[in-house]
Formats: sequence, structure tokens, C-alpha cells
Amino acid sequence: MAEVALHNVTKRFDEVDAVRGISLNIPDKEFVVLVGPSGCGKSTTLRMIAGLEEVTAGDIVIGGDVVNDVPPKDRDIAMVFQNYALYPHMTVFENMSFGLKLRRIPKPEIRARVEHAAKILDITDLLGRRPKQLSGGQRQRVAMGRAIVRNPKVFLFDEPLSNLDAKLRVQMRTEIKRVHQKVKTTTVYVTHDQVEAMTLADRVVVMNAGRIEQVGRPHDLYHMPKTRFVAGFIGSPAMNLLPGRLEQNGEGLKLRLSEELAFPVPESRVARYRQSAGKDLTFGLRPEHITEPRGEGRDPRSEFTATLDVVEPMGMETMVYFSVNGAEICARVEPSAATGPGEPMRLYANLNHMHLIDPETDLVL
Amino acid sequence: MTASVAIADRPRLAVGASLKRNRRWALVTSYVFLILFAIFFLTPPYYMIVTSLKTDAEVAHMATNPWIIANGITFEQYRLLFQGTDFLIYFKNTVIVTLCVVAITMVVSVLAAFSLSRMRFWGSGILATGIFLTYLVPDTLLFIPLFQIVRGLGLLNSYWSMVLVYPTLTVPFCTWIMIGYFQSIPKELDEAALIDGAGHMQMLLKIFIPVALPGIIAATIFAFTVSWAAFVYPIAFLFSADQQVLTVGTVTSLIKADVYKWGMLMAGALVAAAPPLVVYAFLMDYYIAGLTAGATKG
Repeated sequence: MAEVALHNVTKRFDEVDAVRGISLNIPDKEFVVLVGPSGCGKSTTLRMIAGLEEVTAGDIVIGGDVVNDVPPKDRDIAMVFQNYALYPHMTVFENMSFGLKLRRIPKPEIRARVEHAAKILDITDLLGRRPKQLSGGQRQRVAMGRAIVRNPKVFLFDEPLSNLDAKLRVQMRTEIKRVHQKVKTTTVYVTHDQVEAMTLADRVVVMNAGRIEQVGRPHDLYHMPKTRFVAGFIGSPAMNLLPGRLEQNGEGLKLRLSEELAFPVPESRVARYRQSAGKDLTFGLRPEHITEPRGEGRDPRSEFTATLDVVEPMGMETMVYFSVNGAEICARVEPSAATGPGEPMRLYANLNHMHLIDPETDLVL
Repeated sequence: MTASVAIADRPRLAVGASLKRNRRWALVTSYVFLILFAIFFLTPPYYMIVTSLKTDAEVAHMATNPWIIANGITFEQYRLLFQGTDFLIYFKNTVIVTLCVVAITMVVSVLAAFSLSRMRFWGSGILATGIFLTYLVPDTLLFIPLFQIVRGLGLLNSYWSMVLVYPTLTVPFCTWIMIGYFQSIPKELDEAALIDGAGHMQMLLKIFIPVALPGIIAATIFAFTVSWAAFVYPIAFLFSADQQVLTVGTVTSLIKADVYKWGMLMAGALVAAAPPLVVYAFLMDYYIAGLTAGATKG
């Protein structure tokens, strides 16, 4: 068990800066997920923690020791790879015990550790099989078992569920969470799937273009994004972002999105946004906050009518899409309330959950 | 409803019949060409077997049909070959040379391929290409400078010189085959081994060699074949019968001026061809798997 800390870590490949001076503290037993689009530097960061990539500048600290020059085998970490990386010529038992054998751990202890890990992961019956005789989910369990038996200070997961089908991915996600609750080892998990990040993490680290955009609990990232990138990246479907102008409206404020469409800013937000009055800003509102008119205390001035372009029934809810000033907007409505494509629908924007982003700094106000 | 089913069924039946006919024609064509191919390639061995089982008199008799044994089967040619010539010495020399060459080739090639494909170091890419380019230099060009080297080392007319020079042919190609094969092994496998605590040598011995076994066997077969069948180097470097290998020894001892001992030549060639045949028969699947991986990833 150990803390992991990154101090101004940079990684440069030839002329390309993959990671640009990131700093991060991961306390003992925490489950941290690095999430971001392809090429954002999350996998490179993980590989630097593992020792598979050299650090160009900065320090990586595991359990209080700077490990920049320590080879992977001496960092006391275990890693689960996207394509499992199981040794194809070895049985499941041999795969799981390989690292222990190399460390000259006595045979009875190896057997006990492997059997214990197999029990946790429910793969005891598979110990005699080879990887090619296993399904994708079983292989992923074995890869996790190989990490667990080592009893390392830190678990590293590099997009471990990307190769699984959607149903299995959800199952394995729960499995990983269950295992972490049992073994409570510090975990760094990399994924590009923000749903995975939100469901698994104690804290999520959102990365973009080699930098950390925001670190926080999943709930905080979702409801209080600090940058335009985080606002747009976290959440599925993504937050609606469209240009607007903040105007004075007597004592209050008004957000104008087009000639015809303007919403009053809720009183609770006026003080926060007052100094931005008169500015062109980016308005952000999640699809679940644009609904059919509902709720007792709603402001009728935030109701509007839109002609729907696309209607997507999802069962529990229906996603409807329409345009405002050329920008596509998604709303999440009750299935019974949705009209058809090409038809008008009365909608309500709950601005109590609105975000305003300064287009010059891309920071949320 | 019924009418629409009937209409839908009709074209489907027609398509099915056409597919069946196409498949039958494809099969017939395949068999015709396979049979022609088999006849073409099995004719020489058949001719060799038939000739090796005849007496010298029957072989020399121009009036008899060369494709059949008219005067009864005899193993006289084989008895004479083993007892009356140095064939068994050639065979022993060839076995020694081949085993040594295969061993040297595999040790050097596996280590070279592993380092070139996996251990990033300055110039590794150029070195890998350079190794392959050396394979492109034909042995008919190389044997003159190699002659000087072999003479300088005092190994002229010694089959140990073959152990020295054959790897110049086998190592580059085998290294190239195995670079391709090693590159096809996912990089995560060695990273997993590194994290598990393996050093480079343990990674090679415990992960790479077992996983790349088809490629290694393909390379072994290639080294074996080249070494077993080489002709230019032994004819240039070896002079006396006790040092000679099969390819040159059989020809020089059984062809005297314009006198060809056809029966023994055929018997010798058949016996000489047996070991590669056995090796290929047992390892053919690995050979194909190895070459395919090398071809697509190299």
C-alpha cells in the first residue's frame, strides 16, 4: 500500500510534448481514473508510473521514494493491459505465478496466493487452461489475478475493458470495483470512456493535450466543471454548448441566445455573473436540464417551442434534437411528451443548472 | 402472402443452383491442376527410385523402358554405395557440419533478432536492414574472399571451414525471419514480463522463445536445408574424400570423367534427400506458420 505522487512530470517524444508538467497526489488506497481523449497523455502518464517510459523532467514518487530511475520490476507495481498480455504458452496458474516464481517465493506460498486470487475472481476452475481457451472476460480476470497475486503497492490499469463487448464491460467494471473494495490497493486506471471513469473512481483526473484539466470527485466534475473541455467531455450525451450574450435585465440578467430566444438568469446566479454582463459567452446546459415543462416552481419565461430534427426513443427517456442558431441541442424528455421529427415541441430550460464559459479563457465562470 | 413466398423462393433457388455449379467447377479445376502439379514434381523422385533399384546392366540397356523395372528389384546399388564408396563418411561429415551450423545460426540469430526487434538502441533499424542486405550477396561472389579467409585460418580442406562459412548464408536470413516474428509478438507481453520481474535474458528464454517457436522452427529448417544442400563452398574449399560432404562427395566420387554411375547416383541422392524430407514432414505446419508471420509483420 502506498501513495503515488507526480511532481511536474513531463514526457517528450522527439519534438512532441506528450505530457506537459503535470502534478498529482494520489493518497493510499485511492482509486484514481485518468480520463481524456486519444493522445491526451493519460496512457503515457500511466506508463511513466509503471517505469515503461522514462520521465523527461519531474519526479514520480511511489511510497515516499522517487522512482524515476527504478526499473519496473523494483517499483512494486502491477499492471493490467488493454489486450490482457497473458503469456499464451502458459496456463492460467503459470501466468499468475510467473512474477512470484521470478521473485523466488516458496512454492507453497505461490500456490496459496494464486488460489486466493483465483477465489476472489471466481476463476479457480480455469487454473489449468491456456489463454486461448478463455473468453475475453475470463482473460481479463486472469490479467487482474496476475496483478493481485503480487500484492503490489499500486495497481495500474491501462484501458482494461476496451476490448470487451458492451455487456461484459459493465460486468467487469463492477468486478473491478468489487476487487478494489476487497484488496484496497492504490489504483491508477486509464480510460477514454467517461462513464467508466465516473462509475469507478474515487477521484477523476481529466486530461487534455498533455495537461490536467481538472481533478475531482465524479459528482463535482459533472456538476461543477472548471473548464469548457471538462464541461463538454464529462457526461453522455455531452453538455449542450452554444454562444450567447449576457444582457442587463432591470435588476437581473438575461441570457440571449438568438433574436427570438432569451432566458432570464435565475436570481441565485445573478451576483456570480453580474460582472460579465454585456459579454459574449458560451452557454452550457446538460440535456437532462432541457425537458418538457415540468416541476411546480419552474419559471414560465424559460419555456420555449422548438421544431424537432431527430427523436431517439431510449425506453426510459427520449432524446430529442433541435437547432438554435445553427447549433444542435439535445434535450432529455419523457417518452410520452415527445412529438415527432419536424413537429414543434414545448420545452423548458432549467437554468438553475446553467454554466457560463468565458470563450477567451475557456474557464467556467 | 403465399404468392409473395413463392415469388421470393424462385430466384433464391436459382442462385443456390448456380453457386453449387460454380463450386463444382472450382473443385474440378483445382483437382486437375493439383494432379498435374503432383505428377510434375513426383516424376523425378519416381525416376530416381526406379533407377536406384535396377542393376547397372539394365540402366545401361538402351532398349528397356527407363520408367519401369523390367529385370526385378535389386538393392545392389545401395550395398555398393554404402560398402564400396565413402558415402557414409560424407554423410557423417554433413551431419556434423549441419548440426553445428544450425546450432550456431540459431544462437546468433535468436539473440540478434531479439535485440534488433525489442531493445531500442542507436542504429538498430539500419543494422537490421544491413543484415538482410548481406543475405542478398550471392555465395558465388563471396566464395573468393572467403577462400582467402579460410586459407588464412588454416581451415582449407577441412569440413570445419563449412561450419565457419555456412552461417554467412544462414544467419542473415534467419535473423530476418525472426525479427519479423518477434515484432509480431505484442509489445505488452514483454512489458508484462518486465513488470513481473523478468530481465532481458529471462524474457527471451521464458517468453519470446516459447511464443516464437513456429518462427524459430522455420528458421531452423531453413538453416538445416541451406547447410545440408550447399554446393559452391564445399566444391571450392574441400578436396579430399575424408573431409567431403554429401552434395559434392556423391558427385565427385560417382562421376568419373564421362562415366556416370547412375544407379548409385540415384541411390545416393535418395538417401541424401531423406533427412530433409523427414524434417519437413514433421515440422511443415510450424514452417508455414513461421514464414507467414514473418512475411506479414516483417
